Amino acid sequence: MDKTWNNKAWFLVLPMLVLVAFSAVIPLMTVVNYSVQDTFGNNVFFWASTEWFEELLHSDRFWEAMVRNLIFSFIILAIEVPLGIFIALNMPKKGWGVPVCLVLMALPLLIPWNVVGTIWQVFGRNDIGLLGYYVNALGFNYNYVQDPFDAWVTVIVMDVWHWTSLVVLLCYAGLVSIPDAFYQAAKIDGASRWAVFRYIQLPKMQRVLLIAVLLRFMDSFMIYTEPFVVTGGGPGNSTTFLSIDLVKTALGQFDLGPAAAMSLVYFLIILLLSWVFYTVMTNYDAER
Amino acid sequence: MLELRNVTKTVGAQEHIRDVSLTLQHGSLNVLLGPTLSGKTSLMRLMAGLDAPTSGSVWFDGKDVTGQKVQKRNVAMVYQQFINYPAMTVYENIASPLRVAGVEQARIDKEVRNAAALLKLTPYLERTPLSLSGGQQQRTALARAIVKNASLVLLDEPLANLDYKLREELRAELPKMFAATGTIFVYATTEPHEALLLGGNTATLSEGRVTQFGPTVEVFRKPVDLVTARTFADPPLNAIVLSKKGSDFLLEGGVKLPVPPELNGIPDASYTIGFQPHHLSLERPNASAVPVRAKVTITEITGSESFVHLDFADARWVMLAHGILDFETDDEVEVFIDPRHIMVFDQNGRAVTASKLAA
Repeated sequence: MDKTWNNKAWFLVLPMLVLVAFSAVIPLMTVVNYSVQDTFGNNVFFWASTEWFEELLHSDRFWEAMVRNLIFSFIILAIEVPLGIFIALNMPKKGWGVPVCLVLMALPLLIPWNVVGTIWQVFGRNDIGLLGYYVNALGFNYNYVQDPFDAWVTVIVMDVWHWTSLVVLLCYAGLVSIPDAFYQAAKIDGASRWAVFRYIQLPKMQRVLLIAVLLRFMDSFMIYTEPFVVTGGGPGNSTTFLSIDLVKTALGQFDLGPAAAMSLVYFLIILLLSWVFYTVMTNYDAER
Repeated sequence: MLELRNVTKTVGAQEHIRDVSLTLQHGSLNVLLGPTLSGKTSLMRLMAGLDAPTSGSVWFDGKDVTGQKVQKRNVAMVYQQFINYPAMTVYENIASPLRVAGVEQARIDKEVRNAAALLKLTPYLERTPLSLSGGQQQRTALARAIVKNASLVLLDEPLANLDYKLREELRAELPKMFAATGTIFVYATTEPHEALLLGGNTATLSEGRVTQFGPTVEVFRKPVDLVTARTFADPPLNAIVLSKKGSDFLLEGGVKLPVPPELNGIPDASYTIGFQPHHLSLERPNASAVPVRAKVTITEITGSESFVHLDFADARWVMLAHGILDFETDDEVEVFIDPRHIMVFDQNGRAVTASKLAA
């Protein structure tokens, strides 16, 4: 069969192309442009080749931020996933408790990120903050402004408070989709509570759990707003994650070249993660 | 022997099971027949011990087991949905009840392989249920019920989600599989013809009540009331309300339907007459058959037979006729009612029979 060619079709995709160009391609190419040049101001640029990339990949500061970020992601996953499953398992399955629990769970997710940061920034202060004041009154020397460990605890607790709900809601959706007959069958078999969880609930939640883990990992890897508001990346550099480091370089020091190089590396990492996400999901579906 | 004594189950303000008394013997096949929401599943849950009755008691082999937990009873149940442990292999699924019971490995292996062979699952033992077809998944669930060697096996519409061929095949095999074990076999279905094919005993359910319990054919042939007759008829029972005068029921248009001789003694009153679709025919089946004129509303063709829907007076009837008939809507046809095959019900819906008259 002969294909019919109609060049009018190009006009139909044109608006889309213009939109993508302005929203993605042009900004991205600007960054690429910066990443291979150097400037001393006055809009005068010099060719810098791959200098910034080499510098970045040999910079301790970058790798430290990367390691901090990975540790952070690992810790919050290790807390939020089991906690989310636990809460979802204990949520009511019917009755008036369902909407109450769902709304309570959804609340933290609805709060703007910088507001979450501000809430915890105030909440944790040891002079006027409810949490900080009483923790100190109880005899713990807690001060997230000075102690790196306290700063980490605050940022992690905040993230757990903010995002465990997402895991809970996803798991809950997985749980309520299990027909009642499964539980009956298990009961008739005489299966224990643990066996019901291990052999019915967990396998049935597998898919949503996978989504939850990947979403939380990508999100925590890109975390910026909340720790920035609470600790500003400090004390010292102790809570400076990748995105905070990037902003410091770009807007704090106004080192456009290194910051652009870093953006691109960061972008490639996220792109890689998205690809992993996509591959894992599609493979998972193909297996079913 | 499983006995339900005046069992009632209410949930909130709703009565799911109303005063049911049933006795099921070991080694018997019992069908629970009733439409959706008639209480089949509720009744099975009570039998299994998944629910405790609101009032009344459940007895097993002479012991009161009311309120005893299902784990303590030796019960197996198979559902309309295919229920297996999703992450276990077919082998482990079949073995699961034995593992819970703490049976030793050698015997588990033997039992699982026997059950798998019986249900033609041997090639799939190492696969997970979700990678199998619906029929294989349901056979896995059935194999689980078999290895358990339960004294009560409950099957809740187990074949409803399977395709036609497989349903026929499994339906024929199922009673045989469990017959040898001496178990009490209970099978819930919405389909009258499935009950007839299975045989055994049938309890007809309607709105949470058991309307009749007895040998399947007897319940089908001699329903004790109109509700049972309606439950046990597919397509719906043909019925019409008539008044009796002397030795005849009076039909629309002056047609007289002779009262069956054994019922001649019943008083003149209004009765409901019921008869099965295959007892309505286009040709005169015998000399006593009565012709009536009815209007065709629709004709459904199923292979070699036709269901002709007819309007007669206020009643809507279905005639099962051989061959493919191509009537047009609103055609007038003459059909014959065979008075020897009519069921007569009084104004309260109770069957009027010769034996009742004598009593």
